[in-house]
Order: sequence, then C-alpha cells, then structure tokens
Amino acid sequence: MKPLRVEGLTKEFRLGLGRQRVMALDRLDLEVEPGEIFGFLGHNGAGKTTTIKLLLGLLFPTAGRAWILERPIEEVAVKQHVGFLPESPYFYEYLTAEEFLTFYGQLFGLGGQSLVKKIDELLAMVSLADARHLPLRKFSKGMLQRIGLAQALINDPQVVILDEPMSGLDPIGRRDVRDIILHLKDEGKTIFFSTHILPDVEMICDRVGILVKGQLRAVGAVHELVGTTAVTSVEILVERLAEVGIRKAEELGGKVVRRGDQVLIKLDDEHKVDQVLDLIRRHAGRLVSLVPHKRSLEDLFLKETAEVGRT
Amino acid sequence: MNRITVIALNTFRETLRDKILYNLVFFGLLLIGSSILLSTLTIGEQVKIIEDIGLASINLFGVIIAIFVGIGLVSKEIEKRTIFTIIAKPVPRYLFLLGKYSGLALTLLVNVGIMAAGFFLTILVSKAGLHLALLKAIGLIFMELLVITAVAVMFSTFTTPTLSATFTLAIYVIGHLTDDLKVLGAKMGESLTKTILDGLYYLLPNLDYFNVKGQAVHGLPIEPSYLVSAATYGIAYSTMLLILACLIFQRRDFK
Repeated sequence: MKPLRVEGLTKEFRLGLGRQRVMALDRLDLEVEPGEIFGFLGHNGAGKTTTIKLLLGLLFPTAGRAWILERPIEEVAVKQHVGFLPESPYFYEYLTAEEFLTFYGQLFGLGGQSLVKKIDELLAMVSLADARHLPLRKFSKGMLQRIGLAQALINDPQVVILDEPMSGLDPIGRRDVRDIILHLKDEGKTIFFSTHILPDVEMICDRVGILVKGQLRAVGAVHELVGTTAVTSVEILVERLAEVGIRKAEELGGKVVRRGDQVLIKLDDEHKVDQVLDLIRRHAGRLVSLVPHKRSLEDLFLKETAEVGRT
Repeated sequence: MNRITVIALNTFRETLRDKILYNLVFFGLLLIGSSILLSTLTIGEQVKIIEDIGLASINLFGVIIAIFVGIGLVSKEIEKRTIFTIIAKPVPRYLFLLGKYSGLALTLLVNVGIMAAGFFLTILVSKAGLHLALLKAIGLIFMELLVITAVAVMFSTFTTPTLSATFTLAIYVIGHLTDDLKVLGAKMGESLTKTILDGLYYLLPNLDYFNVKGQAVHGLPIEPSYLVSAATYGIAYSTMLLILACLIFQRRDFK
C-alpha cells in the first residue's frame, strides 16, 4: 500500500484584477514508499507548500488526483491517519501546551486517560514537559516548532507531512527536529517533508524529489542523484609543513594557500591524497583536517534551477 | 465529545481569554449602572429611564461583541493561518464553521446574561419592580445577536476582517430600516425601483422585528405569539445564512 500517490496534480492560481494565471504546480506525479523519509526539495515559490496544501484539502486542484493510504484525498476520514505541521506554524496562542494538545486530540475523537498519556509521551519526546502549563504566546520559535510536531503526532499517524520543519531554527533546533523525524521512521511511519535546507535532506532522506517552478525535475535516492564518483575535490589543512614539502605538494598539482604557519592544499584529484599525506609525514607537518568536497544535492539543485532559469 | 462541541468550547475559551471582551462587558455594566444617576435628572420617569438605558446598553454592547469578536473568530483563523491545522484534521469544513458559530453564541449568551444580571441589580437598587416584559425584550435582543453573528460569520468566510466588519455593521444599520424600504417601495408605484426595494426588503434581515424594548419599557403587551414568530424568523434567517456560509467555505482555497 502506497502511503502517498499523486497523479498529474496541477494547481493554477488566478491573481489580481486581470485574473492573470500562475501555474503553481504543473502535473506532479509522485509515489512515496511505506516507511521512507521523502524530502521534497525546492526554492521558495517552487510549489512545495502548494503541493502539501492540495494533499491536505486546504486547496482544491485544478487537475489531477492524489491518494493517501490508497484513499482519495477528498475523503475527510483519511486524515484520521495523517499528521501535519504547517510552515512557520501559527497556533492558538491563548492555549497552554497541554490544552493545545488536548484540543487537537479531541478533534480526532480521542479523550480520557489514553489522551492524557499520549500528551505526556509527546511532551517528553519534544522536550517540552516543563512548558506544559505555559501559554503558547510565551513560546520561542523553536518551542513552537516542537509543539507543532507534537500536535502533528497526537493521532499516531501513519503518514506525517511536514512543511519546512527546520526553517528558522538554530542548529540545535534543527538537530532536535531531525532526531524526531528519524525516531518516527523507526516507528515505521512514512514521512514526507519539504525543505530548502540541503544538508538536512542529505543526512536523513531515503529519497528526494526536486521541484523547480512547479515541475518535478528529479526523483531518486540521494546517492543516485549525487552519483557514486561524488568527490570533486579535497582540501587538506596542515600545520608547520616544511618549505620543501609545500613545493612538492604544488608539483603534485595542489593549489596552496598559506595562512601563518598553516597551509591549505586543495587537490582536484582525490587519488593524489595519499601522496600528499606521505609528504606531510616526511616533512614533519601536522595534519589539521582533511575535507572531501562532494558533488552535493546543492550542486544538482543549482544545476536544475539554472537550466530552468535559462529556458 | 463531538467535534462541534470541541470547537465551540475552544472558541468560547478563546473569547474568555480575550481582554477586549472584558472591556466591553465592563463598559456595558458601567452604562447600565450609570442609568441610576441619569434617572435623577428627570421627574417621575426614573424607572423608564433606567429600563430604557439598560436595555439599550445590553443591545449595543451585544452587537459590538457579536460583530467584532464574531468576525475575528473566522477571518482571524484564516489570516493567522491557525485554520490550516484544523482543516488538516478529520474535521469537515462545515463542522468547523458551525462549531465557531456555536462557541460565539455561547459567549454572547453568557455576556447578555451578565449584563442582564447587572441590569436587574440596578433596577432592584433603584427600588423599581422587575417585570417579565424586560426578560422578553432581552430574549429578543439575544435572538437579534444570533442573526448578526450569522451575518458576520457569513461575510468572514470570504472577505477580510475589516470588510466583514464594515459589511456586517452596514447590514445591522439597514436591518433596522427595512420597514422604510417597504414604505418607500410602496410610494414608487409599479417600477423597477419598487421591485429592487421589495427584493431588498425580503433579502435583508428585518432586525426591528426583534426590537420590543419600547413596549417592554412602557408596559405595552408583548404577545407570546409575537415572541414565537420573531424567534422562528430569527432561527430561520440565521440557518439560511449559515448554510450559505458553509457552501462558500466548502469551496474556498486557503492560500
């Protein structure tokens, strides 16, 4: 059973008095496999949020269809198994964290002791147990994002849809959200999330789809899209390398940048890394760091975007 | 608990935590209480002044609450995007709207109740007698508020909060003048203008139907049959508006 299936989903907006047409999403076809983390990647305005809103019935498609858990999205009851976190969520700020989760639980028909227990679990999971009696008005952005995640999970959903769950968060906040997403995957849930933050995608997604100006340009596993011969260059930082060593490194084809007693050697050919390391050992240098630069999703993403920009 | 009740109670809680509401109720009570002072300015008509000001205050502040809090409830949800998470839950859109309306109706009931209590207290303090007609008048004021709230909810399903407030206020004012539309139309003879005026007369709510404040204050009889027909009219009109609101809301895109 596919958790999510989309066929030819299209959304056209009409803007302003001239009723100018804007194609927000153009014939999107997509399938998400059970238990995977699917990253939906694209610039602002690429159509990510539009897609998510169509899936959840906030917008009506101009054309095309979609199914969640093999049931058409028009069926309101299918949402019983879906969790959703909107982009930069706005919540009822007059409610406390506990009241807020109770309210959403009740919308799913939950109640009694089981709901109380679920709320305890979720508040612990998103590290907000101490804030349970605090009104949301007093929450920081990171806390709001976490309580938003908690409300998305109140019904123990099989499919979790998150719109930009890491945007606007500091590195610790991002890591927290990432950990929660991985935890959900361990529980066997399917996660579909949109983002424009690439490292997050590279780190946790099983597969990604790249959306450019309303069109899906690439879908696949991260390593498939990036390719196997991924290393494009290597940067080696060395301390106290003798002058002879530096010259030899340059002879090997490395670009050398001096910074005080440190030297940065940039190699375009990763096969020469061993030879440079030998040099460093022979000439009493100390290796500070060695960073391989991969062809990242970012490069791929920029390439896709640039192509569209030209046409 | 069913979903309408969940949303209604949450709406009720939202209004209870809104400071504007307390301000309005406070000023309503202040005005009602001040009627004792104003009544001393007249000779012999003290009781009527107190009753007049009291009923008018309940009406005025009720309308203000219905319009401003009522509009906030639906359009604010759309504007602040809090509605996104609700629609993403297994809650049909019409249930959301009906829940919001019920919650606001509950708020209005409590507020009218508090102001009515203040009003009765004022009457007791001024040693005038309580009579049933006052309660009848207050009952119809509440009915009027239910209609206005339905108008406010209907507008806020498709326009901005400011426009909704303006439109609802306009409907409220015109709603008290619909009898004049009828009279004006009758004077026009058979013409297009008459048809339009007649059309407006039947389309717009006849809010004066709910106004028995004069009769209550002056001790004129208010027949039970009148109360029943006014209430039926109010419920039918509100129901039509809510059905229309649900139809509009059901089709709406939340960008």
